[in-house]
Amino acid sequence: MADKLNIDQIRADFPVLHQQVNKAPLIYFDNAATTQKPKAVIDTLLAYYEQDNANIHRGIHTLAERATTAYELTRKKLASFLNAPSTDQIIFTSGTTAGINLVAQTFGRANVEKGDQIIVSNLEHHSNIVPWQMIAEEKGAEIKVIPVSNEGVLDMEAFKALLNPKVKLVAVNHVSNAIGTINPIAEIISLAHEVGAKVLIDGAQSVAHLAIDVQALDMDFFVFSAHKLFGPTGVGVLYGKREILESMPPYQGGGEMIKEVSFAGTTYNELPYKFEAGTPNIADVIAFGAALDYIQAIPAESLAAQEEALLAYATQKLQAIPGLRIMGTAPEKIAVVSFVIDGVHPQDIGVLLDKFGIAIRTGHHCAQPLMQRYELVGTCRASFAFYNTLEEIDRFVLCLEKTLQMLG
Amino acid sequence: MGKSINEIQEELIEEFGLFEDWADKYEYLIDLGKKLAPMSDAFKTEENVIKGCQSRVWLHAEKQGDLVVFQADSEAIIVKGMISMLIRVLSNQTPAAILAADLYFIEQIGMSQHLAQTRSNGLVSMVKQMQHYALAFS
Repeated sequence: MADKLNIDQIRADFPVLHQQVNKAPLIYFDNAATTQKPKAVIDTLLAYYEQDNANIHRGIHTLAERATTAYELTRKKLASFLNAPSTDQIIFTSGTTAGINLVAQTFGRANVEKGDQIIVSNLEHHSNIVPWQMIAEEKGAEIKVIPVSNEGVLDMEAFKALLNPKVKLVAVNHVSNAIGTINPIAEIISLAHEVGAKVLIDGAQSVAHLAIDVQALDMDFFVFSAHKLFGPTGVGVLYGKREILESMPPYQGGGEMIKEVSFAGTTYNELPYKFEAGTPNIADVIAFGAALDYIQAIPAESLAAQEEALLAYATQKLQAIPGLRIMGTAPEKIAVVSFVIDGVHPQDIGVLLDKFGIAIRTGHHCAQPLMQRYELVGTCRASFAFYNTLEEIDRFVLCLEKTLQMLG
Repeated sequence: MGKSINEIQEELIEEFGLFEDWADKYEYLIDLGKKLAPMSDAFKTEENVIKGCQSRVWLHAEKQGDLVVFQADSEAIIVKGMISMLIRVLSNQTPAAILAADLYFIEQIGMSQHLAQTRSNGLVSMVKQMQHYALAFS
Protein backbone atom coordinates (compact mmCIF):
# COMPACT_ATOMS: atom_id res chain seq x y z
CA MET A 1 0.00 0.00 0.00
CA ALA A 2 1.43 3.33 -1.06
CA ASP A 3 1.84 6.08 1.50
CA LYS A 4 -1.08 8.44 1.37
CA LEU A 5 -0.20 11.91 0.12
CA ASN A 6 -0.53 14.79 2.52
CA ILE A 7 -2.79 16.74 0.18
CA ASP A 8 -2.89 19.90 2.27
CA GLN A 9 0.87 20.03 2.23
CA ILE A 10 0.97 19.34 -1.52
CA ARG A 11 -1.64 22.01 -2.22
CA ALA A 12 0.36 24.51 -0.21
CA ASP A 13 3.12 24.13 -2.83
CA PHE A 14 0.81 25.42 -5.62
CA PRO A 15 0.05 29.13 -5.07
CA VAL A 16 -2.49 29.40 -7.88
CA LEU A 17 -4.85 26.91 -6.24
CA HIS A 18 -5.53 29.24 -3.34
CA GLN A 19 -7.86 31.81 -4.81
CA GLN A 20 -11.49 32.66 -5.32
CA VAL A 21 -12.89 32.60 -8.83
CA ASN A 22 -16.29 34.22 -9.30
CA LYS A 23 -16.58 34.38 -5.48
CA ALA A 24 -16.04 30.63 -5.03
CA PRO A 25 -12.89 28.68 -4.22
CA LEU A 26 -11.17 27.70 -7.46
CA ILE A 27 -11.47 24.06 -8.49
CA TYR A 28 -8.97 23.39 -11.23
CA PHE A 29 -9.93 20.33 -13.29
CA ASP A 30 -8.22 21.31 -16.54
CA ASN A 31 -4.90 19.62 -15.90
CA ALA A 32 -4.83 17.90 -19.28
CA ALA A 33 -4.68 21.37 -20.86
CA THR A 34 -1.93 22.54 -18.55
CA THR A 35 -0.86 21.70 -15.03
CA GLN A 36 -0.29 24.26 -12.30
CA LYS A 37 3.23 25.13 -11.18
CA PRO A 38 4.72 24.45 -7.77
CA LYS A 39 6.33 27.38 -5.97
CA ALA A 40 9.75 25.82 -6.56
CA VAL A 41 9.32 26.30 -10.31
CA ILE A 42 8.14 29.90 -9.97
CA ASP A 43 10.99 30.69 -7.55
CA THR A 44 13.57 29.16 -9.89
CA LEU A 45 12.28 31.23 -12.79
CA LEU A 46 12.44 34.40 -10.73
CA ALA A 47 15.87 33.61 -9.29
CA TYR A 48 17.27 32.94 -12.75
CA TYR A 49 16.23 36.35 -14.04
CA GLU A 50 17.28 38.09 -10.83
CA GLN A 51 20.69 36.45 -10.49
CA ASP A 52 21.93 34.45 -13.46
CA ASN A 53 20.44 35.73 -16.70
CA ALA A 54 22.90 35.35 -19.57
CA ASN A 55 23.03 33.74 -22.97
CA ILE A 56 24.33 30.20 -22.85
CA HIS A 57 27.08 28.07 -24.42
CA ARG A 58 29.22 30.80 -25.96
CA GLY A 59 29.77 33.34 -23.24
CA ILE A 60 32.95 32.95 -21.17
CA HIS A 61 31.87 35.14 -18.29
CA THR A 62 30.55 33.90 -14.94
CA LEU A 63 26.86 34.51 -15.57
CA ALA A 64 27.02 32.68 -18.90
CA GLU A 65 28.75 29.81 -17.17
CA ARG A 66 26.09 29.63 -14.46
CA ALA A 67 23.22 29.81 -16.96
CA THR A 68 24.80 27.16 -19.19
CA THR A 69 25.37 24.79 -16.29
CA ALA A 70 21.81 25.18 -15.05
CA TYR A 71 20.37 24.74 -18.55
CA GLU A 72 22.41 21.60 -19.22
CA LEU A 73 21.52 20.25 -15.78
CA THR A 74 17.86 20.07 -16.85
CA ARG A 75 18.94 18.01 -19.85
CA LYS A 76 20.73 15.61 -17.48
CA LYS A 77 17.67 15.41 -15.24
CA LEU A 78 15.53 14.62 -18.27
CA ALA A 79 17.86 11.88 -19.46
CA SER A 80 17.49 10.29 -16.05
CA PHE A 81 13.71 10.93 -15.93
CA LEU A 82 13.23 9.13 -19.27
CA ASN A 83 16.04 6.61 -18.75
CA ALA A 84 17.66 7.84 -21.96
CA PRO A 85 21.08 6.36 -22.74
CA SER A 86 22.67 9.81 -23.02
CA THR A 87 21.96 13.50 -22.52
CA ASP A 88 22.64 14.41 -26.15
CA GLN A 89 19.54 12.49 -27.21
CA ILE A 90 17.44 15.02 -25.29
CA ILE A 91 16.52 17.89 -27.60
CA PHE A 92 14.77 20.97 -26.28
CA THR A 93 11.89 22.29 -28.36
CA SER A 94 9.12 24.75 -27.60
CA GLY A 95 6.56 22.02 -26.95
CA THR A 96 5.04 18.75 -28.12
CA THR A 97 3.76 20.30 -31.34
CA ALA A 98 7.21 21.66 -32.19
CA GLY A 99 8.78 18.25 -31.51
CA ILE A 100 6.34 16.49 -33.85
CA ASN A 101 6.89 19.08 -36.56
CA LEU A 102 10.65 18.72 -36.16
CA VAL A 103 10.44 14.96 -36.74
CA ALA A 104 7.98 15.40 -39.62
CA GLN A 105 10.17 17.97 -41.36
CA THR A 106 13.50 16.17 -40.85
CA PHE A 107 12.96 12.43 -40.47
CA GLY A 108 9.78 12.63 -42.56
CA ARG A 109 11.29 14.70 -45.32
CA ALA A 110 14.35 12.43 -45.56
CA ASN A 111 12.59 9.08 -45.29
CA VAL A 112 9.05 9.30 -46.59
CA GLU A 113 8.66 8.85 -50.31
CA LYS A 114 5.85 8.71 -52.83
CA GLY A 115 3.59 5.75 -52.16
CA ASP A 116 4.82 5.34 -48.56
CA GLN A 117 2.45 5.28 -45.64
CA ILE A 118 2.25 6.98 -42.25
CA ILE A 119 -0.04 5.50 -39.63
CA VAL A 120 -1.79 7.63 -37.01
CA SER A 121 -4.70 6.70 -34.76
CA ASN A 122 -8.25 7.95 -34.52
CA LEU A 123 -7.42 9.13 -30.98
CA GLU A 124 -4.84 11.72 -32.01
CA HIS A 125 -4.67 15.39 -31.15
CA HIS A 126 -4.59 17.60 -34.26
CA SER A 127 -0.90 18.24 -33.61
CA ASN A 128 -0.16 14.57 -34.23
CA ILE A 129 -2.23 14.53 -37.44
CA VAL A 130 -1.63 17.76 -39.33
CA PRO A 131 2.22 17.69 -39.46
CA TRP A 132 1.95 14.18 -41.00
CA GLN A 133 -0.70 15.30 -43.46
CA MET A 134 1.58 18.13 -44.53
CA ILE A 135 4.57 15.87 -45.19
CA ALA A 136 2.36 13.18 -46.78
CA GLU A 137 0.91 15.73 -49.16
CA GLU A 138 4.34 17.08 -50.02
CA LYS A 139 5.73 13.59 -50.69
CA GLY A 140 2.67 11.90 -52.17
CA ALA A 141 2.44 9.51 -49.23
CA GLU A 142 -0.72 8.19 -47.60
CA ILE A 143 -2.08 8.56 -44.07
CA LYS A 144 -3.66 5.42 -42.59
CA VAL A 145 -5.71 5.47 -39.42
CA ILE A 146 -5.96 2.93 -36.59
CA PRO A 147 -9.66 2.76 -35.71
CA VAL A 148 -10.94 3.12 -32.17
CA SER A 149 -13.75 1.20 -30.44
CA ASN A 150 -16.83 2.69 -28.82
CA GLU A 151 -15.02 2.38 -25.48
CA GLY A 152 -12.05 4.35 -26.78
CA VAL A 153 -9.64 1.44 -27.26
CA LEU A 154 -7.44 1.17 -30.35
CA ASP A 155 -8.25 -1.76 -32.62
CA MET A 156 -4.94 -3.63 -32.55
CA GLU A 157 -6.06 -6.25 -35.06
CA ALA A 158 -6.80 -3.45 -37.52
CA PHE A 159 -3.40 -1.96 -36.72
CA LYS A 160 -1.67 -5.25 -37.52
CA ALA A 161 -3.56 -5.41 -40.80
CA LEU A 162 -2.36 -1.91 -41.69
CA LEU A 163 1.30 -2.75 -41.19
CA ASN A 164 3.39 -3.41 -44.29
CA PRO A 165 6.85 -2.42 -45.54
CA LYS A 166 5.51 0.80 -47.07
CA VAL A 167 4.81 2.14 -43.56
CA LYS A 168 7.67 4.49 -42.67
CA LEU A 169 6.31 5.90 -39.47
CA VAL A 170 3.65 5.22 -36.86
CA ALA A 171 2.63 8.28 -34.81
CA VAL A 172 0.36 7.65 -31.83
CA ASN A 173 -0.23 9.21 -28.48
CA HIS A 174 0.64 7.38 -25.29
CA VAL A 175 -2.54 8.69 -23.71
CA SER A 176 -5.56 10.23 -25.44
CA ASN A 177 -6.02 13.89 -24.46
CA ALA A 178 -9.75 13.81 -25.15
CA ILE A 179 -10.82 10.65 -23.32
CA GLY A 180 -7.81 9.45 -21.30
CA THR A 181 -7.18 6.01 -22.89
CA ILE A 182 -3.70 4.61 -22.23
CA ASN A 183 -2.57 3.05 -25.49
CA PRO A 184 -0.54 -0.19 -25.64
CA ILE A 185 2.59 1.55 -26.91
CA ALA A 186 4.98 -1.32 -26.14
CA GLU A 187 3.00 -3.56 -28.48
CA ILE A 188 2.57 -0.82 -31.09
CA ILE A 189 6.31 -0.16 -31.13
CA SER A 190 7.29 -3.80 -31.38
CA LEU A 191 4.77 -4.53 -34.16
CA ALA A 192 5.84 -1.46 -36.12
CA HIS A 193 9.50 -2.42 -35.80
CA GLU A 194 8.74 -5.82 -37.33
CA VAL A 195 7.95 -4.10 -40.65
CA GLY A 196 10.82 -1.64 -40.31
CA ALA A 197 8.68 1.37 -39.41
CA LYS A 198 9.80 3.93 -36.83
CA VAL A 199 7.44 5.09 -34.12
CA LEU A 200 6.80 8.52 -32.65
CA ILE A 201 5.04 8.50 -29.29
CA ASP A 202 3.26 11.70 -28.30
CA GLY A 203 3.71 11.72 -24.55
CA ALA A 204 2.01 15.06 -23.87
CA GLN A 205 -0.71 13.45 -21.78
CA SER A 206 1.28 10.63 -20.23
CA VAL A 207 4.40 12.19 -18.70
CA ALA A 208 2.54 13.60 -15.71
CA HIS A 209 0.89 10.26 -14.94
CA LEU A 210 3.01 7.32 -16.08
CA ALA A 211 6.64 6.31 -15.68
CA ILE A 212 8.51 6.50 -18.97
CA ASP A 213 11.48 4.31 -19.87
CA VAL A 214 12.47 5.05 -23.44
CA GLN A 215 14.95 2.17 -23.55
CA ALA A 216 12.66 -0.49 -22.10
CA LEU A 217 9.98 0.55 -24.60
CA ASP A 218 12.51 0.70 -27.47
CA MET A 219 11.23 4.16 -28.38
CA ASP A 220 12.38 5.79 -31.61
CA PHE A 221 10.91 9.20 -30.79
CA PHE A 222 9.19 10.46 -27.67
CA VAL A 223 7.86 14.03 -27.44
CA PHE A 224 6.20 15.99 -24.66
CA SER A 225 5.71 19.46 -23.15
CA ALA A 226 7.05 20.76 -19.85
CA HIS A 227 3.87 22.65 -19.04
CA LYS A 228 1.84 19.46 -18.72
CA LEU A 229 4.42 18.20 -16.23
CA PHE A 230 4.19 21.07 -13.72
CA GLY A 231 6.85 23.06 -15.59
CA PRO A 232 6.65 26.30 -17.59
CA THR A 233 5.04 26.78 -20.99
CA GLY A 234 7.28 27.16 -24.01
CA VAL A 235 9.52 24.16 -23.33
CA GLY A 236 9.22 20.76 -24.94
CA VAL A 237 11.38 17.69 -25.17
CA LEU A 238 12.17 15.44 -28.09
CA TYR A 239 13.93 12.19 -27.29
CA GLY A 240 15.23 10.17 -30.20
CA LYS A 241 17.39 7.14 -30.82
CA ARG A 242 20.95 8.25 -31.50
CA GLU A 243 21.38 6.64 -34.90
CA ILE A 244 18.08 8.09 -36.12
CA LEU A 245 18.79 11.59 -34.81
CA GLU A 246 22.28 11.51 -36.32
CA SER A 247 20.93 10.46 -39.71
CA MET A 248 18.31 13.22 -39.73
CA PRO A 249 19.05 16.46 -41.58
CA PRO A 250 18.99 19.61 -39.43
CA TYR A 251 15.71 21.46 -39.01
CA GLN A 252 16.04 25.20 -38.58
CA GLY A 253 19.26 26.95 -39.49
CA GLY A 254 20.91 29.57 -37.34
CA GLY A 255 23.29 30.07 -34.46
CA GLU A 256 24.09 27.23 -32.06
CA MET A 257 23.28 24.49 -34.59
CA ILE A 258 26.45 25.02 -36.64
CA LYS A 259 30.05 23.96 -36.30
CA GLU A 260 31.56 26.23 -38.94
CA VAL A 261 29.96 28.64 -41.36
CA SER A 262 31.43 30.02 -44.54
CA PHE A 263 29.86 31.08 -47.79
CA ALA A 264 31.38 28.00 -49.35
CA GLY A 265 29.36 25.80 -47.03
CA THR A 266 28.42 25.10 -43.45
CA THR A 267 29.06 22.13 -41.20
CA TYR A 268 26.55 21.34 -38.54
CA ASN A 269 26.96 20.92 -34.83
CA GLU A 270 26.58 17.61 -33.06
CA LEU A 271 23.59 16.32 -31.13
CA PRO A 272 21.63 17.77 -29.49
CA TYR A 273 22.66 21.25 -30.72
CA LYS A 274 22.14 20.37 -34.37
CA PHE A 275 18.40 20.68 -33.64
CA GLU A 276 18.54 23.67 -31.29
CA ALA A 277 19.09 26.67 -33.54
CA GLY A 278 19.02 30.10 -31.93
CA THR A 279 18.89 31.19 -28.29
CA PRO A 280 16.67 28.70 -26.53
CA ASN A 281 14.12 29.29 -23.79
CA ILE A 282 16.84 29.26 -21.14
CA ALA A 283 14.87 30.43 -18.12
CA ASP A 284 11.97 28.06 -18.64
CA VAL A 285 14.24 25.08 -19.28
CA ILE A 286 16.03 25.78 -15.99
CA ALA A 287 12.71 26.18 -14.16
CA PHE A 288 11.55 22.91 -15.72
CA GLY A 289 14.46 21.26 -13.90
CA ALA A 290 12.85 22.39 -10.65
CA ALA A 291 9.56 20.79 -11.74
CA LEU A 292 11.33 17.49 -12.38
CA ASP A 293 12.95 17.65 -8.94
CA TYR A 294 9.60 18.42 -7.35
CA ILE A 295 7.70 15.60 -8.96
CA GLN A 296 10.44 13.04 -8.42
CA ALA A 297 10.63 13.86 -4.72
CA ILE A 298 7.10 12.51 -4.21
CA PRO A 299 6.81 8.71 -4.25
CA ALA A 300 5.37 7.71 -7.62
CA GLU A 301 3.09 5.10 -6.01
CA SER A 302 1.48 7.79 -3.84
CA LEU A 303 0.82 10.00 -6.85
CA ALA A 304 -0.67 7.09 -8.77
CA ALA A 305 -2.84 6.06 -5.82
CA GLN A 306 -4.23 9.58 -5.44
CA GLU A 307 -5.01 9.83 -9.16
CA GLU A 308 -6.64 6.40 -9.22
CA ALA A 309 -8.82 7.39 -6.28
CA LEU A 310 -9.86 10.62 -8.04
CA LEU A 311 -10.71 8.77 -11.26
CA ALA A 312 -12.72 6.05 -9.53
CA TYR A 313 -14.63 8.53 -7.38
CA ALA A 314 -15.41 10.96 -10.23
CA THR A 315 -16.50 8.10 -12.49
CA GLN A 316 -18.81 6.70 -9.85
CA LYS A 317 -20.35 10.07 -8.95
CA LEU A 318 -20.80 11.23 -12.54
CA GLN A 319 -22.34 7.96 -13.69
CA ALA A 320 -25.16 8.54 -11.21
CA ILE A 321 -26.30 11.69 -13.04
CA PRO A 322 -29.27 10.89 -15.31
CA GLY A 323 -28.58 11.37 -19.01
CA LEU A 324 -24.80 11.60 -18.48
CA ARG A 325 -22.62 9.42 -20.67
CA ILE A 326 -18.89 8.99 -20.05
CA MET A 327 -16.91 8.99 -23.27
CA GLY A 328 -13.89 6.75 -22.99
CA THR A 329 -14.31 3.75 -20.78
CA ALA A 330 -11.10 1.95 -21.68
CA PRO A 331 -9.86 -0.40 -18.94
CA GLU A 332 -6.53 1.45 -19.00
CA LYS A 333 -7.15 5.14 -18.39
CA ILE A 334 -5.52 8.10 -16.72
CA ALA A 335 -7.44 10.41 -14.39
CA VAL A 336 -9.57 12.07 -17.05
CA VAL A 337 -13.35 11.93 -17.31
CA SER A 338 -14.84 13.12 -20.58
CA PHE A 339 -18.63 13.21 -20.67
CA VAL A 340 -21.69 14.37 -22.55
CA ILE A 341 -25.21 14.97 -21.30
CA ASP A 342 -28.29 14.35 -23.41
CA GLY A 343 -29.71 17.54 -24.88
CA VAL A 344 -27.12 19.87 -23.33
CA HIS A 345 -24.34 21.61 -25.23
CA PRO A 346 -20.95 21.18 -23.51
CA GLN A 347 -20.18 24.88 -23.87
CA ASP A 348 -23.18 25.81 -21.71
CA ILE A 349 -21.95 23.49 -18.97
CA GLY A 350 -18.45 24.97 -19.15
CA VAL A 351 -19.71 28.56 -18.95
CA LEU A 352 -21.90 27.89 -15.91
CA LEU A 353 -19.34 25.75 -14.06
CA ASP A 354 -16.89 28.63 -14.44
CA LYS A 355 -19.42 30.80 -12.60
CA PHE A 356 -19.13 28.29 -9.74
CA GLY A 357 -15.34 28.70 -9.81
CA ILE A 358 -14.79 25.37 -11.54
CA ALA A 359 -12.40 25.09 -14.50
CA ILE A 360 -13.04 22.21 -16.90
CA ARG A 361 -12.48 21.99 -20.63
CA THR A 362 -15.32 21.81 -23.12
CA GLY A 363 -15.25 21.36 -26.87
CA HIS A 364 -13.57 19.02 -29.33
CA HIS A 365 -10.22 19.02 -27.47
CA CYS A 366 -8.36 19.48 -30.79
CA ALA A 367 -9.40 15.93 -31.65
CA GLN A 368 -12.09 16.54 -34.24
CA PRO A 369 -11.64 13.14 -35.96
CA LEU A 370 -12.43 11.45 -32.64
CA MET A 371 -15.51 13.64 -32.14
CA GLN A 372 -16.61 12.76 -35.68
CA ARG A 373 -16.13 9.07 -34.84
CA TYR A 374 -18.51 9.44 -31.90
CA GLU A 375 -20.79 11.92 -33.72
CA LEU A 376 -20.34 14.57 -31.05
CA VAL A 377 -19.82 18.33 -31.25
CA GLY A 378 -17.64 18.03 -28.19
CA THR A 379 -17.47 16.80 -24.64
CA CYS A 380 -16.95 18.17 -21.15
CA ARG A 381 -13.61 17.03 -19.80
CA ALA A 382 -12.58 17.02 -16.16
CA SER A 383 -8.90 16.15 -15.89
CA PHE A 384 -7.25 15.66 -12.53
CA ALA A 385 -3.83 16.06 -10.98
CA PHE A 386 -2.59 14.72 -7.67
CA TYR A 387 -3.32 18.07 -5.98
CA ASN A 388 -7.05 17.62 -6.59
CA THR A 389 -9.24 16.20 -3.84
CA LEU A 390 -12.33 14.04 -3.45
CA GLU A 391 -14.03 17.02 -1.77
CA GLU A 392 -13.49 19.03 -4.95
CA ILE A 393 -15.18 16.26 -6.92
CA ASP A 394 -18.13 16.40 -4.53
CA ARG A 395 -18.53 20.12 -5.09
CA PHE A 396 -18.00 19.73 -8.85
CA VAL A 397 -20.80 17.15 -9.05
CA LEU A 398 -23.09 19.28 -6.91
CA CYS A 399 -22.46 22.33 -9.11
CA LEU A 400 -22.89 20.24 -12.25
CA GLU A 401 -26.31 19.17 -10.97
CA LYS A 402 -27.21 22.82 -10.28
CA THR A 403 -25.96 23.73 -13.76
CA LEU A 404 -28.18 21.10 -15.33
CA GLN A 405 -31.15 22.39 -13.36
CA MET A 406 -30.48 25.89 -14.68
CA LEU A 407 -30.22 24.61 -18.24
CA GLY A 408 -33.11 22.16 -17.89
CA MET B 1 -41.46 54.42 -35.06
CA GLY B 2 -39.83 51.68 -33.01
CA LYS B 3 -37.48 52.14 -30.10
CA SER B 4 -33.93 53.29 -30.73
CA ILE B 5 -30.94 51.03 -30.17
CA ASN B 6 -30.00 52.91 -27.01
CA GLU B 7 -33.54 52.83 -25.65
CA ILE B 8 -33.52 49.05 -25.98
CA GLN B 9 -30.07 48.82 -24.40
CA GLU B 10 -31.35 50.84 -21.42
CA GLU B 11 -34.31 48.47 -21.10
CA LEU B 12 -31.97 45.48 -20.99
CA ILE B 13 -29.72 47.12 -18.42
CA GLU B 14 -32.78 47.79 -16.28
CA GLU B 15 -34.03 44.20 -16.64
CA PHE B 16 -30.68 42.77 -15.64
CA GLY B 17 -30.40 45.29 -12.80
CA LEU B 18 -33.16 43.37 -11.02
CA PHE B 19 -30.90 40.39 -10.40
CA GLU B 20 -28.56 40.31 -7.48
CA ASP B 21 -26.58 37.16 -8.13
CA TRP B 22 -25.14 35.62 -11.24
CA ALA B 23 -27.37 32.55 -11.13
CA ASP B 24 -30.56 34.63 -11.49
CA LYS B 25 -28.94 36.60 -14.29
CA TYR B 26 -27.97 33.45 -16.15
CA GLU B 27 -31.36 31.85 -15.61
CA TYR B 28 -32.86 34.88 -17.28
CA LEU B 29 -30.31 34.69 -20.10
CA ILE B 30 -31.05 30.99 -20.59
CA ASP B 31 -34.75 31.82 -20.64
CA LEU B 32 -34.16 34.44 -23.32
CA GLY B 33 -32.28 31.79 -25.30
CA LYS B 34 -35.16 29.36 -25.02
CA LYS B 35 -37.65 32.00 -26.14
CA LEU B 36 -35.59 33.15 -29.12
CA ALA B 37 -37.84 33.13 -32.18
CA PRO B 38 -36.98 29.98 -34.09
CA MET B 39 -34.93 30.45 -37.22
CA SER B 40 -36.31 28.97 -40.38
CA ASP B 41 -34.36 25.83 -41.34
CA ALA B 42 -34.11 27.24 -44.85
CA PHE B 43 -31.73 29.89 -43.45
CA LYS B 44 -29.59 27.42 -41.51
CA THR B 45 -27.25 26.99 -44.41
CA GLU B 46 -23.51 26.59 -44.67
CA GLU B 47 -23.45 30.11 -46.09
CA ASN B 48 -25.06 31.58 -42.99
CA VAL B 49 -22.95 29.74 -40.46
CA ILE B 50 -20.42 31.47 -38.24
CA LYS B 51 -18.07 28.86 -36.88
CA GLY B 52 -16.91 29.21 -33.32
CA CYS B 53 -14.38 26.79 -31.92
CA GLN B 54 -17.03 25.14 -29.74
CA SER B 55 -20.44 26.11 -31.07
CA ARG B 56 -21.91 27.42 -34.30
CA VAL B 57 -24.07 30.47 -34.90
CA TRP B 58 -26.34 30.96 -37.89
CA LEU B 59 -27.25 34.46 -39.00
CA HIS B 60 -29.63 35.59 -41.71
CA ALA B 61 -30.43 39.19 -42.61
CA GLU B 62 -32.92 40.80 -44.93
CA LYS B 63 -34.12 44.30 -45.65
CA GLN B 64 -37.76 45.09 -44.93
CA GLY B 65 -38.51 48.62 -46.05
CA ASP B 66 -35.85 50.84 -44.53
CA LEU B 67 -35.01 48.37 -41.78
CA VAL B 68 -32.68 45.40 -41.46
CA VAL B 69 -34.27 42.30 -39.95
CA PHE B 70 -32.08 39.59 -38.43
CA GLN B 71 -32.76 35.96 -37.59
CA ALA B 72 -30.19 33.85 -35.80
CA ASP B 73 -29.69 30.63 -33.90
CA SER B 74 -27.00 28.67 -32.08
CA GLU B 75 -26.46 25.18 -30.72
CA ALA B 76 -25.61 26.49 -27.26
CA ILE B 77 -28.34 28.00 -25.12
CA ILE B 78 -26.27 30.70 -23.43
CA VAL B 79 -25.08 31.87 -26.83
CA LYS B 80 -28.73 31.86 -27.91
CA GLY B 81 -29.54 34.10 -24.96
CA MET B 82 -26.86 36.52 -26.11
CA ILE B 83 -28.19 36.29 -29.68
CA SER B 84 -31.68 37.05 -28.45
CA MET B 85 -30.46 40.29 -26.89
CA LEU B 86 -28.38 41.26 -29.92
CA ILE B 87 -31.39 40.74 -32.15
CA ARG B 88 -33.62 42.71 -29.82
CA VAL B 89 -31.14 45.58 -29.97
CA LEU B 90 -30.08 45.51 -33.62
CA SER B 91 -32.97 43.99 -35.59
CA ASN B 92 -35.60 46.30 -37.11
CA GLN B 93 -33.14 49.21 -37.13
CA THR B 94 -31.87 51.22 -40.06
CA PRO B 95 -28.48 50.33 -41.54
CA ALA B 96 -27.11 53.69 -40.37
CA ALA B 97 -28.23 53.06 -36.78
CA ILE B 98 -26.74 49.56 -36.78
CA LEU B 99 -23.43 50.81 -38.12
CA ALA B 100 -23.30 53.57 -35.51
CA ALA B 101 -24.31 51.28 -32.63
CA ASP B 102 -22.15 51.14 -29.52
CA LEU B 103 -23.19 47.97 -27.74
CA TYR B 104 -22.47 49.20 -24.23
CA PHE B 105 -25.22 47.12 -22.62
CA ILE B 106 -23.14 43.94 -22.83
CA GLU B 107 -20.54 45.24 -20.41
CA GLN B 108 -23.14 46.94 -18.22
CA ILE B 109 -25.05 43.71 -17.65
CA GLY B 110 -21.80 41.85 -16.97
CA MET B 111 -21.77 39.63 -20.05
CA SER B 112 -18.67 40.91 -21.83
CA GLN B 113 -16.95 37.59 -21.12
CA HIS B 114 -19.08 36.03 -23.87
CA LEU B 115 -17.76 38.48 -26.42
CA ALA B 116 -14.22 38.14 -25.13
CA GLN B 117 -14.14 34.41 -25.88
CA THR B 118 -13.50 35.19 -29.49
CA ARG B 119 -12.73 31.73 -30.68
CA SER B 120 -15.18 29.68 -28.70
CA ASN B 121 -18.65 30.88 -29.59
CA GLY B 122 -18.69 33.01 -32.74
CA LEU B 123 -20.48 35.95 -31.09
CA VAL B 124 -17.85 38.54 -31.96
CA SER B 125 -17.97 37.44 -35.57
CA MET B 126 -21.75 37.57 -35.42
CA VAL B 127 -21.77 41.22 -34.33
CA LYS B 128 -19.27 42.06 -37.10
CA GLN B 129 -21.39 40.15 -39.60
CA MET B 130 -24.51 42.07 -38.52
CA GLN B 131 -22.67 45.30 -39.24
CA HIS B 132 -21.46 43.97 -42.59
CA TYR B 133 -25.06 43.26 -43.55
CA ALA B 134 -26.04 46.77 -42.45
CA LEU B 135 -23.28 48.18 -44.63
CA ALA B 136 -24.40 46.06 -47.58
CA PHE B 137 -27.99 47.23 -47.13
CA SER B 138 -27.17 50.91 -46.68
